[in-house]
Amino acid sequence: MNPIRKKRIYNILLVLLFTVSGISLILYSLNSNLDFFFTPSELKEQNIPADKRIKIGGMVLEGSVTRDESRIIFMITDYESSVKVEFKGIVPDLFQEGSGVVALGFLNDNIFLAEEVLAKHDENYMPPNLNIVDDS
Amino acid sequence: MIKKFIHQFASPKTYLFQVNRFYPYIFYISLIIYTFSLIWGLLFTPQDFVQGNSFRIIYLHVPASFLSQSLYVAMAFASITYLVWRVKLAAYLIIAIAPVGAMTTFVALISGSLWGIPTWGTWWQWDARITSTLILFIMYLGLISLHNSFSNYEKADKLLSWLVIVGAVNIPIIKKSVDWWSTLHQSASITLTDKPSIDPSMFYPLIGSIIGFFGLIICLVLISSKHQILIREKTKSWIKDYV
Repeated sequence: MNPIRKKRIYNILLVLLFTVSGISLILYSLNSNLDFFFTPSELKEQNIPADKRIKIGGMVLEGSVTRDESRIIFMITDYESSVKVEFKGIVPDLFQEGSGVVALGFLNDNIFLAEEVLAKHDENYMPPNLNIVDDS
Repeated sequence: MIKKFIHQFASPKTYLFQVNRFYPYIFYISLIIYTFSLIWGLLFTPQDFVQGNSFRIIYLHVPASFLSQSLYVAMAFASITYLVWRVKLAAYLIIAIAPVGAMTTFVALISGSLWGIPTWGTWWQWDARITSTLILFIMYLGLISLHNSFSNYEKADKLLSWLVIVGAVNIPIIKKSVDWWSTLHQSASITLTDKPSIDPSMFYPLIGSIIGFFGLIICLVLISSKHQILIREKTKSWIKDYV
């Protein structure tokens, strides 16, 4: 290859190297701030003030969902620790026991008062009748 | 021989004539594949066990998202080709691809929002996947307006190429965002290494829709690149004969 083109390739590689290292440093320093939510375990490790709005995410613990008049109470778990969540409002259709959930709100005396509840679904797609077979 | 072939193809004139020759085939084949896959996916595929019918927007969302990133990668390769070998056609391609890329990214964002409403219960959240895709969309717009702000084409091409290369770092971030951080968006269903986590009855129409959509978008890129050639080579004598 002729020397001028070689030099141009080196220039491109150099620019790429600097950009990638710059961006990596930014992402590395931001790391956990880029997480969309805290898991219940992370919540235990950190002291989050009661007036700070946060998101927690995990799975809805099986058998933990109770409803009264306007409230729905359930546990969000990452199967290591769990957080009790209280929510006044309508949950998304996909909200169900054993599936993913993200709640936005405040942690108050170990009870999470949610203002908004979002359902999270996973990357598995299958017809309903195959559900039982595939889950085993 | 390969070198000769590339040299010939890199001439805008040959490119234009080849595009005209193959365009109808690419267009009609892709149109048939995409229509067929859409009908298959929308009407003859079972519902999803969690999401019901709302998962069917996957046949638009996944192809559009895939293309939004692929087109950027194509722009990056064209940029390198232009910067290293000074191939004019590569420079035309970069600016030809940019608006098409912006459009597919827009479709990906809108279809994702529409999908989010019935499933997540929200149309917009600042999670890593969604935000990095929005950045991609803004980058496409920025690249287009940057190129338009120059009156000197050569300067515009060079600066554009450098920026495309710098911006390419966003692509792996979009791709890996769902693995690196906790996101509302689920992780990939189709990967190169693992068996797809999507049932074959839904997977085959999805692959078909990706291929068909890909072909249709390529057609847009071809039209757009023809347009660029006509603008940029307008002083050449062969263009006068052609038009």
